[in-house]
Amino acid sequence: MRFLLRRLVAVPLTLLGVSVLVFVTTELVPGDVARTILGREASAESVARLRGQLGLERPLPARYADWLGGFVTGRWGESYTLRVPVRDLVLDRLSASMLLAALAFALLVPVAVTLGLVAGVNHDRPMDRLVSVTGLALGATPEFVTGVILLVVFAVRLRWFPASAKAPDGSSLLARLGHLALPAFSLVVLCTGYVARHVRAGAVTAIESPYASAAELRGLTRWQVVRRHVLRNSTISATSALGVQLQFLLGGLVTVELLFNHPGIGALLLSSAVDKDLPTLQATAMVLGLLYMLIVLAADVAFRLLDPRIRLGAAS
Amino acid sequence: MSGLRVEELSVAYGGKVAVNGVSFTVAPGQTYGLVGESGCGKTTIGRAFGRQVARSGLITGGRIVVDDVDVLGLSPAALRRWRAEALAVVQQEASAALDPTMRIGTQLAQALRARGRDRAAARQEVPELLERVRLPDPAAIARRYPHQLSGGQQQRVVIAAALAARPRLLVLDEPTTGLDAAVEREILDLIGELRTELGAAVVLISHDLGLVGRLCDRVGVLYAGRLVEEGPAGKVLSDPAHPYPAALLASTPGLGRNRRTHPLTAIPGHPPAPGEQQDGCSFAPRCPLADDLCRSTVPTLSTAPDGSTAGLHLVRCHHPGQTAQAVSQPEPLPEPQSAASRSAESDRRPESAVSQPSPLPPDGGPLLEVRGLTRRYGKTVAVDGVDLVIRRGEVVGLVGESGSGKTTLARTVAGLGGRGPGTITLRGRPLHPSATRRAPEQRRAIQMVFQNPYSSLNPSHTIRTILTKAARSLGGPLDPAGLAHEAGLDAHVLDARPERLSGGQRQRAAIARAFAGVPDLVVCDEPVSALDVSVQAGVLRLLDDRQRASGTSYLFISHDLAVVGYLADRIAVMYRGQVVEQGPAEQVLHGPHHPYTAVLVGSHPPAPPGQGDGAGTGCRFAADCPSRVDGLCDTSVPPVRDLGQEHVVHCHLDPARLPHRAQGSTAP
Amino acid sequence: MTAIALPYARRRHGAALGIGAAIIVAWAVVAAFWPQLVPYEPDLLDPASRFLPPGSAHWLGTDQFGRDTFSRLLAGSRPVLLVAPAATALAVVAGALVGLAAGTYGGVVDEIVMRVLDAVVVFPSIIATVLVVALAGRSVTVMVLVIAASFVPIVARSVRAATLVEREKSYVEAARLRGERSWGLTVREILPNVSSTVIVEATSRFGDAIFAAATLSFLGLGQPPGSPDWGASVSDNRLWLQLAPWTVLAPALAIASLVVGIALVADALRGRWEAGRS
Repeated sequence: MRFLLRRLVAVPLTLLGVSVLVFVTTELVPGDVARTILGREASAESVARLRGQLGLERPLPARYADWLGGFVTGRWGESYTLRVPVRDLVLDRLSASMLLAALAFALLVPVAVTLGLVAGVNHDRPMDRLVSVTGLALGATPEFVTGVILLVVFAVRLRWFPASAKAPDGSSLLARLGHLALPAFSLVVLCTGYVARHVRAGAVTAIESPYASAAELRGLTRWQVVRRHVLRNSTISATSALGVQLQFLLGGLVTVELLFNHPGIGALLLSSAVDKDLPTLQATAMVLGLLYMLIVLAADVAFRLLDPRIRLGAAS
Repeated sequence: MSGLRVEELSVAYGGKVAVNGVSFTVAPGQTYGLVGESGCGKTTIGRAFGRQVARSGLITGGRIVVDDVDVLGLSPAALRRWRAEALAVVQQEASAALDPTMRIGTQLAQALRARGRDRAAARQEVPELLERVRLPDPAAIARRYPHQLSGGQQQRVVIAAALAARPRLLVLDEPTTGLDAAVEREILDLIGELRTELGAAVVLISHDLGLVGRLCDRVGVLYAGRLVEEGPAGKVLSDPAHPYPAALLASTPGLGRNRRTHPLTAIPGHPPAPGEQQDGCSFAPRCPLADDLCRSTVPTLSTAPDGSTAGLHLVRCHHPGQTAQAVSQPEPLPEPQSAASRSAESDRRPESAVSQPSPLPPDGGPLLEVRGLTRRYGKTVAVDGVDLVIRRGEVVGLVGESGSGKTTLARTVAGLGGRGPGTITLRGRPLHPSATRRAPEQRRAIQMVFQNPYSSLNPSHTIRTILTKAARSLGGPLDPAGLAHEAGLDAHVLDARPERLSGGQRQRAAIARAFAGVPDLVVCDEPVSALDVSVQAGVLRLLDDRQRASGTSYLFISHDLAVVGYLADRIAVMYRGQVVEQGPAEQVLHGPHHPYTAVLVGSHPPAPPGQGDGAGTGCRFAADCPSRVDGLCDTSVPPVRDLGQEHVVHCHLDPARLPHRAQGSTAP
Repeated sequence: MTAIALPYARRRHGAALGIGAAIIVAWAVVAAFWPQLVPYEPDLLDPASRFLPPGSAHWLGTDQFGRDTFSRLLAGSRPVLLVAPAATALAVVAGALVGLAAGTYGGVVDEIVMRVLDAVVVFPSIIATVLVVALAGRSVTVMVLVIAASFVPIVARSVRAATLVEREKSYVEAARLRGERSWGLTVREILPNVSSTVIVEATSRFGDAIFAAATLSFLGLGQPPGSPDWGASVSDNRLWLQLAPWTVLAPALAIASLVVGIALVADALRGRWEAGRS
């Protein structure tokens, strides 16, 4: 409980640090923002006028305070390039990304746990090597590489899935998920190996443990031992790995959304950075940062809840 | 025939023979002990009963028959049924034998269901099981997770799970290893009681000869995968016909055995590794009786020439019964011819100097004084107001169970503990708590030998580098070869890194390092607890020799009272951070002594478990004390009873009523 | 039992190590000598032969400008094999120093260093990278610095952890009893025993650096568009994926082969190291 409290307090504090970092980096943009917005042909007066409107003449701490206050109260400003409220834009893109991430996560967990268990149960046999080496290799391959290969095979050659993640307006959820299939697969391919490796390590430890051998000596079959003891122990130990991979998955959104033209928050981060659309960039970075921290927190909490040794404290 | 019958059992790991044609029988209700040092094959046999040898292992021959069921011939399904119905195994390391993520009750219910009870019956039977292993408040225990139980409680639960079957064969594999002395006694008592209740054939696997002697009817001694002797426990463990068990007994310190009166005899060399090819008797390279016949022909297991009437007594030796000679000749043997074993490791002692027994401890002035020392780690008080004096040339033994604070005290003396109240002085000059801030002369004066020989030498350095560094910074003579020789190490070891050395050799190197600067005091923190008995004796002998040769004082720590009693001139007994008794070794061990010491030496049964946590204001031991006086011991601090000759006991009992070991009682 | 398991583990890791090392060395040779190896000038435009499929004249076909895919593939190995090793070396040296210092001094120093590293790790490196590169501009130096900076905490943490494990061992206490302390103790006694951790870390981070460098170029934040760099090529050519998949597949598979090679080496080294510990 004290742990949870401490971690919950840490979230806003870290977020504050992130906000400083985001604000300062974005403010250090070389060149004049107003000039960037208005274009090269604009007159000097109109640039100066816009600078005044944007408050660019005021000192940095004051602008930071304004910006932070605005962010906390939900006034995220207007996008320089798209001329729409940043909040609507970011939240809209966020929901699109969350659909993709959720699909990927829903595929990732069963696939990774199954592969990890299969490798663990057959440890040091060819099956184990196959799963481990493949997982390792795929996990080291950038998601745009796997994505491109998936595109060539499943969209160009076999035509099983659409190449673009963007479903036509008014599509059913199923159709939308169909469009998200290839981007989700590339994220799953990226993360499966790592999670499966951790599940495998936990499974090997559990299988070789005296409690598993004791259970076998009580007459249980291999499968019963796996179901009752190995599954639980190996997934508990892999929970934190899952948290790490969720972060990875979030980072992978930037690349995958660009590759598959998915209008998500990752693509928004990239485009706002390239276009120097500061309000959008700042809000996007903050939202992603918050999401990131919540994922770490959730994985930690889940681990602590699942493992009785930590939940109930050390030996009395 | 009912009971257990093992016939010509052989097991190999990847082609290397680990168990070689072992045969014995155990009648129902009988207990059979399998003893031997690590690597002798006893655990492999234990695993073969459940047909659970490690993956690289293969049962290459023989039969295991339990109540007319040929276990090795069962189909996988029949094997599972047999395991569920007829087999119970208690493995070593109870804490690991329970699933850390499941409640005790759930695990026991599963054990019961595996043995055919339905869900409801299983749930009902869990408290009964816990009661059978004498655990108080079964309902509360059932709701807990393994990590919430003590080591002794965990082992009781493991035994309870074994009892869920109505076993025809009960296998106990080192059932008390890692438990404190008092808890070990409780578990042994429980096993003793259950054994008669069950009427099953019981196999007890242990390295501890005393333990096997107490519990078993018959004993089989394993060496290099073969039975070298088997017979009635009383006979084999008191008057063995084979030189190996005889030497093993001679190298085991028993209670009341002291270096000055009964020096130990170490077995030279080390047991062969599994699969190591040998002609003739596998013990021949270490055996003083060995001749050409022994080195060329494997002896058969045949009747021992002692006319024993207590039961069949077999021995595998060309010279059976000549054990007196085997033990009285501790001189080392010539190097074995095989190049592999030469380069690998050997624990032999090239120096044949068997020091003259000197009957009396030296009587020097005080060297080191500890006054009112207290050390806390967070909320726990590890050491609580300890006073201790070590004189010049004196060996002070420090005993206590894990968590008693003995290691913290020793490390603080060495300069590796934390800070806190109290003073330590060396020859009247105060010592800084941190070794690195002490004067170079003070660092030279106090050195340490650590418990774990596998981490105490830097794996990146050769033994020569390690000894040279020590000698240079401690101001000793720069003579690594001399140091190694004094520690009984061959010269070729000097240029090896620690990974090439055996445990015994590493500990010898660590002792050589501690003596590099001719220290006044060496703190020995459980220096032999990680070693096999035959190797342990060699290291104890070395510590003894070095102490006599240099007049160095020792602060010698062990949980094993027999080991401490062997080396120590004086003994201090610690319990929960306090020294409850100290005095001359003989008097402390024999009594009259503190009730806790009495429990440790086994002359006093411990109080039933789970009475309290000892957090009261009175004597720390009150809750577990069999002689407790309610209303006194638990509320007021015990007085210091002076029994003369600087023997003091912190206890409320009148000195005349303090317990002592019964006359003529032998070592356990 | 370990004595029996070890040779098997060695053998198994030996094959992976050999294959992985061969892949890396092959690409390194290509990166160094591609001007001597290419059949065409990588940037040579040939409007007459646009989108040619793989054939005898162009082994891997041509792209939208008629440039030879195979030649661009060879030339594209150089940027990534310059950026990744530089970033890795920087990150490993800095990370190892920080980790050793935190592990050596402990106490307040350790606490502060670890808090800072925690905060850096919490901040998602992709966001930071996008921010910095987009705003500070594109250059090889920026790429190297950004990648190195995001790896320093990872290296520092594992070196610190290894240092702390070693520090608890009795041989270090024996050195303290001789009077050794702080840096001297760390350098003389601990460093030789954490060097294997550093090597394993370096290999793993090298793979991650390739990953990061390729991704940055793909996102348009690394090598400029039009460069033969693999990540940039995938990004440039993906618009013609339907028409000329070979222009995308070739650089993609090249990246995959390199990271797989490094992963094999990293896994083998880790396996040996773990086998050596048990």
